[in-house]
Amino acid sequence: MTLDRRSFLKLVGAGAAGAASLPLIGQAAELMPKSAKRVVVIGGGYGGTIAAKYIRMMDKSIEVVLIERNDHFVSCPFSNLYIGGILTDLNPLTIKYDKLAANHGVKVVQAEVTAIDAAAKMVTTSKGTIAYDRLVVSPGIDFRLDEMKGYDAAAMEVMPHAWKAGPQTVLLRKQLVDMKDGGTVVVTVPLAPYRCPPGPYERASMIAHYLKANKPKSKVVVLDANPDITSKGGLFKKGWKDNYEGIIDYRPAKKVTEVDAKAMAVMVEGLEEVKGDVINVIPPQRAGQIAVAAGLVGDDKNWCPVNATTFESTKQAGIHVIGDACVAGAMPKSGYSANSEAKICAMNIVALINGKETTELSGINVCYSYITDKDAVSVAGVYTVKEGKIIAVPNSGGVSPADFSATKTEAMYAESWLKNILTEMST
Amino acid sequence: MMMKWRGWALATGVLAVSALAQAAPPTAAMLSNACAGCHGTNGGSAGPTMPSLAGQSKEAIEVAMKKFKSGERPGTIMGRLAKGYSEAEVSAMAEFFSKQKLYPTSQPLDKAKIAKGASLQESNCGRCHIEDGKEGKDDTPAMASQWLPYMQMQMADYLSGKRKMPEKMKEKVDPMSKEDLDALLHFYASVK
Repeated sequence: MTLDRRSFLKLVGAGAAGAASLPLIGQAAELMPKSAKRVVVIGGGYGGTIAAKYIRMMDKSIEVVLIERNDHFVSCPFSNLYIGGILTDLNPLTIKYDKLAANHGVKVVQAEVTAIDAAAKMVTTSKGTIAYDRLVVSPGIDFRLDEMKGYDAAAMEVMPHAWKAGPQTVLLRKQLVDMKDGGTVVVTVPLAPYRCPPGPYERASMIAHYLKANKPKSKVVVLDANPDITSKGGLFKKGWKDNYEGIIDYRPAKKVTEVDAKAMAVMVEGLEEVKGDVINVIPPQRAGQIAVAAGLVGDDKNWCPVNATTFESTKQAGIHVIGDACVAGAMPKSGYSANSEAKICAMNIVALINGKETTELSGINVCYSYITDKDAVSVAGVYTVKEGKIIAVPNSGGVSPADFSATKTEAMYAESWLKNILTEMST
Repeated sequence: MMMKWRGWALATGVLAVSALAQAAPPTAAMLSNACAGCHGTNGGSAGPTMPSLAGQSKEAIEVAMKKFKSGERPGTIMGRLAKGYSEAEVSAMAEFFSKQKLYPTSQPLDKAKIAKGASLQESNCGRCHIEDGKEGKDDTPAMASQWLPYMQMQMADYLSGKRKMPEKMKEKVDPMSKEDLDALLHFYASVK
């Protein structure tokens, strides 16, 4: 696949300086000649790190190259605790890749992937081309900015999304700290599906937790495009009633379609204007840009359909898509799902490369959301395949008890959840 | 129907090709890897409130899952997850984790408590918690190197009656002081 100049520039994310530092497509030299069987993994997040590690754990004869644009990864799960002031820095959420290389022999390449050629089985990066036998694409999400008028790169610096953890998370926290008491924080929630279904509501909780203790005259307005809270609804409603009455103003069926960064206002369906002192715009989302550019998205043009056993794309042979970017049936777009999908995908890639039989999926999702600094609620699920579709195993899974009898215990478990899943990804 | 098929394949260890999915039923590794997000790669936990499963006996895990499933053992998400697996699947996972090496934790422990626990353990707990807690009689869990915060949470559940103690354990635990019990947990956590 080749890209024309316009989409190439779009892909690398603007800046003439950025584009100039990249070799021209077609002239890129082969970065690492392939000798053994090789799997290339794009994206070093919840999905990609695990796919890379588990392939190496299961078959040391397969060379694994992990391509990631950054030299570290910051977890979105728990980043709301930083925004709420419970975590004082992002260090507990940050992993590096050195031990994946040292412990498992994963070859980590820090580069930007600019193109995927499915026919030639070749990835083009900012550092050169890399050939593969099978490719795992785990790029997370990008934003559908055409559905949020006025929300460009400059507006993001005024109204952060903080839906990719890192500088955006720090910016939103800083704005909350700088805001005057009596201010209004606006959080906008896109129509599902989007990354982390309960995430926006946990964020509202964490912002309210901070305001209650530090700026008690302030409030949080949640403008939700969905008709109701999309995940753990009863639990959030109880948590808000018990803790944040008069602080969180939840407004369902309010789809924000336009922002005005100068006026610090958002427009609901182009009709109703809502102003805020701090505005957190969580835009509509789709699979990471490289998945879109590589023709991996389905008819909805947003998400990547995959085989429910191997996570191989139904659009391009030899390419597997995992994590938020793929359509995984009943498995939600969560960090834990990505972790689970990565292992399923890894096991079946090893089987396919060795000409062995594939194995049916068995997956898990476990996801915690904090209501206060000491109370958390959870959702858990076990997944199987029926008639080619990923479904939740009937009569299993579900959310925390409605009476909040376990919230203190679950907050303790949640901390270990983070410790374990990040350790899995980085060691 | 599907569960029966899987159960048969797991029980017999035969690789079966499902005509529908053209894939073998979930193997022990497929099932168990999904647990590792919370319990650590191969069941070696890095989180102080999540137990390591590596090196537990097959029977201990089977019984724990059965009790989570029925609600006899209190849990948060474990009851909900246990309901997602057949007995044969639980057995396959239990066997997988029982084959993994005991995971050595490195955690802050009180030396004086370890010493006190060491002096108490053989006569009080040693009949079931064999080999300094490295092994367990029947379905008794291994406690060597287990996370202290996890064991303390479990002990609190035992003492409050939320989790039911086995009769023989209750006979030993009832007369002991909280300090002695905590010392015992420090000892077991320290065993490598």
